Amino acid sequence: MKYPKNGKFGEFGGKFIPETLVPAVEELEENYLKFKNNKEFKKELDYYLKVYAGRPTPLYYAKNLSEKLGGARIYLKREDLLHGGAHKINNTLGQALLAKKMKKKRIIAETGAGQHGVATAMACAALGMKAEVYMGYKDTIRQKLNVFRMNLLGSQVHPVKSGSKTLKDAINEAIRDWITNVETTYYLLGSAVGPHPYPVMVRDFQSVIGNEIKSQMKKINRTPDNVIACVGGGSNAIGTFYPLVDTNAEIIGVEAAGHGIKSNKHSATLSAGSKGVLHGMMTYLLQDDEGQITETHSISAGLDYPGVGPEHSYFKDTKRVKYHAATDTEVIDAFLMLTRTEGIIPALESAHAIAEAIKVAKKGKKSESIVVTLSGRGDKDVEEVQNYLNKNVKD
Amino acid sequence: MSRIKEKFTELNARNQKALISYIMTGYPNEKSTLATVRGLVKGGVDIIELGFPFSDPLADGPVIQNASTISLEKGTKISKFFNIVKKIRKETDIPLVLMTYTNILYHKGFSKFITDAKKAGIDGFILPDMSIEESKEYLKATKNYADTIFLISPNTNKTRIDKIAKASSGFLYLVAVFGTTGVKTGIKKYTLDAIKKVKKQTKGKIPVGIGFGVSTPEDVKKYIKAGADAVIVGSAYLKLIEKTPEKQLESKISSFTKQLKKETIL
Repeated sequence: MKYPKNGKFGEFGGKFIPETLVPAVEELEENYLKFKNNKEFKKELDYYLKVYAGRPTPLYYAKNLSEKLGGARIYLKREDLLHGGAHKINNTLGQALLAKKMKKKRIIAETGAGQHGVATAMACAALGMKAEVYMGYKDTIRQKLNVFRMNLLGSQVHPVKSGSKTLKDAINEAIRDWITNVETTYYLLGSAVGPHPYPVMVRDFQSVIGNEIKSQMKKINRTPDNVIACVGGGSNAIGTFYPLVDTNAEIIGVEAAGHGIKSNKHSATLSAGSKGVLHGMMTYLLQDDEGQITETHSISAGLDYPGVGPEHSYFKDTKRVKYHAATDTEVIDAFLMLTRTEGIIPALESAHAIAEAIKVAKKGKKSESIVVTLSGRGDKDVEEVQNYLNKNVKD
Repeated sequence: MSRIKEKFTELNARNQKALISYIMTGYPNEKSTLATVRGLVKGGVDIIELGFPFSDPLADGPVIQNASTISLEKGTKISKFFNIVKKIRKETDIPLVLMTYTNILYHKGFSKFITDAKKAGIDGFILPDMSIEESKEYLKATKNYADTIFLISPNTNKTRIDKIAKASSGFLYLVAVFGTTGVKTGIKKYTLDAIKKVKKQTKGKIPVGIGFGVSTPEDVKKYIKAGADAVIVGSAYLKLIEKTPEKQLESKISSFTKQLKKETIL
């Protein structure tokens, strides 16, 4: 796999960090490079991915949905079937194992919706470690069951009351903790964001998704014409896309358009943002004309982030990947349609990708195949959906 | 010669070290910022660090975070900040350093922002999330024009200290503790060792200032004794500003500054 020199994807990425963290990210990079091709490490990680997390995940032909739409065939990459209910465990097992090899005693993480926090808590419990998880105060209310799950798994949750009290502030607080406890602590970042080497490391750990898609499609003698995944920070998307960027597939990342791009209540960083520096990286950001980061909105807490992984910014500028956005309404419609046609309740994050797939499939030929990464299951979101439907009774 | 360099030369001649005071501009409002600056100057401060608020100050502790939030809520904008700097410049010739985060400069364009800041009266910049690896454009825009004050941490190795010192002008900012700004931990041995290490490594080519958690005259005294060329006090000022009625601000700031400054006179 290609390793970006100086941590740069074109002009994006890099290491914009306080000096105290420099030795820590250098140590991390050194160890990551040492272990990523280490046979024993790979064997151990593969073991946990297989028998603990449940890999490989199936590639499911959504026949009912495809036939209802009357166009291209939709295949779902079922990351929702993984232990914990989302793709997050791919990365947390990888990093927790790395932290263990690095003999780090203390693990910290940030979480938005709580999926990464839960996946961190699980990986840490399985490997005999404990995690402390920073979570925006607003998110601890929106996703209180996940807070309890993390506690049950032996991890401690720190509600973050600064700034907008959501994911970006949880990352700020985790970085502050890391600065303070730099010598003992491993920061287990959950998305393909942050200073180098996080974006490339998270991509590599998540690339198992795209690699499996490749071989699973080959087995059924098909090649994907379209590949679709949702993008918040962009970890499931980069893991899906990266192994497929050198194919002919049209690749689409789907951001959260919230109440609509023009409403200013969205999280569509690549669709509506501009370049800037946040959380240790140069990337597209949602910011005002003074360079202050703006508050975001999405029906899905997991996409509620004003930045995006730097490699996505690179793929946007090089036009290799198209970035579209789905509104809350489109997402709810897609959520309901998938639930009713296939009996699969998707996470609201993943429903963004489904919404795009519905549009693409309608226009596609029956001979064409669309692969959609279903990054997580929607059990955590049913209350949110219920509230939304109660508020927006239409027919 | 830059105002900062001149200041250190002048202090050296008088056998003094530098007191650098940090305040958040526009906290809690423009009027109190101007009153605070008057108090600092009256109290004998040597260099003033003016914070410009950023929405996500990840190197700052709760006190400066809170001040940033309030300053932004009160409507501190870049143009307003430059106007305040111009007002300060009418009253004093003291070196002024701007401390903010990289995105603020990047977003306006390094060159444009730095030119405007310099015109307003800013002498140098401190960007806690700007690492030397990423500083090419920033250094190009400041070269022979404004001072670039980079940070060094107690865990920075010697090779890196050399590189950072090379990219820095004005002074070096040694972070006293592993942590964010304003966290009181008492004076650690590793900090005193770091002062000696950095001083030795830089061979007196550039002054070394120490900041983060420096808050009392006793702290100042100990760090100066350990060999620091400057001490930077920030959060302690903001706490004082928070609890002082506006009318008394100038005199309270002045007397606190006098207490700190006294310890820098050898």
